[in-house]
Amino acid sequence: MSTEAAAARGGGSATANGAPVLQAKNLTKRYGKVTAIDGSDLELYPNEILAVIGDNGAGKSSLIKALSGALIPDSGEIYLDGQQVHFRTPMDARSAGIETVYQTLAVAPGLDIADNLFLGREERRPGVLGSVFRMLDRKHMRSEAKRHMNELGVATLQNIGQAVESLSGGQRQAVAVARSAAFGSKVVILDEPTAALGVKEGNRVLQLIRDVRDRGLPVILISHNMPHVFEVADRIHIQRLGRRATVITPKSHSMSEAVAIMTGAAPPPPHSA
Amino acid sequence: MTTATADFDVRRHDSLGLRIQHVLHANPVLGPLAVLIVAIIAFSIVNSRFFSAPNLSLVLAQVTVIATLALGQTLVILTAGIDLSAGAIAVFSSILMANFCTKLNMPGLLALLLGFACGTAMGAVNGALVTRIKLPPFIVTLGTLTIFFSLNSVVSRSETVRGSDMPDLMTWTGTTIPIGNFRLTYGSIIMLALFAYFFYALSSTAWGKHVYATGDDIEAARLAGIQTSRVLFSVYTVAGLLYAVAGWILIGRLASASPNVGVDYNLDSITAVVLGGTSLFGGRGSVLGTLIGALIVGVFRNGLQLAGVEVVWQGFAIGLLVLIAVSLDQWIRKVKT
Repeated sequence: MSTEAAAARGGGSATANGAPVLQAKNLTKRYGKVTAIDGSDLELYPNEILAVIGDNGAGKSSLIKALSGALIPDSGEIYLDGQQVHFRTPMDARSAGIETVYQTLAVAPGLDIADNLFLGREERRPGVLGSVFRMLDRKHMRSEAKRHMNELGVATLQNIGQAVESLSGGQRQAVAVARSAAFGSKVVILDEPTAALGVKEGNRVLQLIRDVRDRGLPVILISHNMPHVFEVADRIHIQRLGRRATVITPKSHSMSEAVAIMTGAAPPPPHSA
Repeated sequence: MTTATADFDVRRHDSLGLRIQHVLHANPVLGPLAVLIVAIIAFSIVNSRFFSAPNLSLVLAQVTVIATLALGQTLVILTAGIDLSAGAIAVFSSILMANFCTKLNMPGLLALLLGFACGTAMGAVNGALVTRIKLPPFIVTLGTLTIFFSLNSVVSRSETVRGSDMPDLMTWTGTTIPIGNFRLTYGSIIMLALFAYFFYALSSTAWGKHVYATGDDIEAARLAGIQTSRVLFSVYTVAGLLYAVAGWILIGRLASASPNVGVDYNLDSITAVVLGGTSLFGGRGSVLGTLIGALIVGVFRNGLQLAGVEVVWQGFAIGLLVLIAVSLDQWIRKVKT
């Protein structure tokens, strides 16, 4: 990511200047006669939190799946840092630097925090121990895990060897977000990260999302929770009937206006962001 | 912790029951270990012959085959599966090895390795059916259990092969090394070495972490980038190899290869796994627990016998233990968060 562009845009203030980090053009996906995405566009700029909202069936989860490699679009293009990319699996997107935290919380409850952070990309010990005996470098993974958690200010998780299932919902979400922030080099996508949380924990996770952005990773946030969206989003992408209806900002529109556009009760205004 | 930008509550004080629950949750081996120690002490008081070197040697020799089977079973159960064909693969492998020697006049080593390959292949069949056709492990292994036992009868013609008709290597697992009055069989040494190896593999390699993650929540594991089908396939295949090794140990133990043993080995292996604190729901447990679980079965059978309890009641006692173990597992899993 270009740090100058990020600096020029002044840390999270929302204007659609500069080159997008992630861009989707005219994406389409059909399942038989059902059209899930119908020529949808999306732009994510450096240092922003882009919320994606939409009614059920508006195609927001299909759109996000296309961006995270979980779905292959029928047509349309995806650009990452200006380069066209073709994701066939979630691993493709991940190795390109796009980390996704799924709604179903991709954590293994029985494993500890460090194991979860490194799940699927474990590090081995150097030398013969690693190459022949395939021994994991536990010490290093634990200290790295601790560092990542501390960087995000999740300081009360003192024991990095604690099983994830012994954590609260918000703490688990923190682990999942920390993992995406630790390994995502370009983009972090969060699917309904506050859906299962109480008010207090929801707010903490929102703070975590801001921290991720402030560390220089742009975030796509999918959420049904309008107050949360309006609290953290720099721009709000409204998806309707399989395509992007418009993009607004929390300053340009109110929550009820956004809902009206989302449900079709009000005509979509031209892009205000 | 007020300085943190996003701090989360720390656990408050818990009652004694909850604390025990948490300790057992964090160290699932403690429960089975306590049962084993109490059982050993109790049986030693009831009959002084129990805690003698010859008798303990016997207990260890008796549990060796079941423990080896239970090791493979543990891997499968950790992935939230179950392998009903464990005993069938072991017995069929032993029959194949024996017949390779006697009917095809193969040298011992070749027959042994070929037998291992057959066991591995049978495990791979289970793995392929579970991962490719996506059938539930219970159904898959119920089917292969019946098929392997049937093939076993065809190949063996229901005849037992005597150990004296086979090369020495085949019955080597039954030979003993005396350590004082204690007599350790080579089979037991192999079994213990396998447990040590898989203890390492499960706790210290990426494969081990993936086995736990797959059993814990297969969808989460997949989303984390783990190739869960590959993990499952490897587990069933490796389990097949372990069952074949158990078959070899079985030949040494019986000094023969008999097609008619092992009918209850499947359930015994599952019993050992469950008693060892490994959860049938997957993702939780350890091979150390399984070793202890197998020893509990052996100690109970032997101890009850020495205490003069009739054989029919031994099964009753072990069944009761299993129910208690599963109930305990349910309770431990309900840890409040």
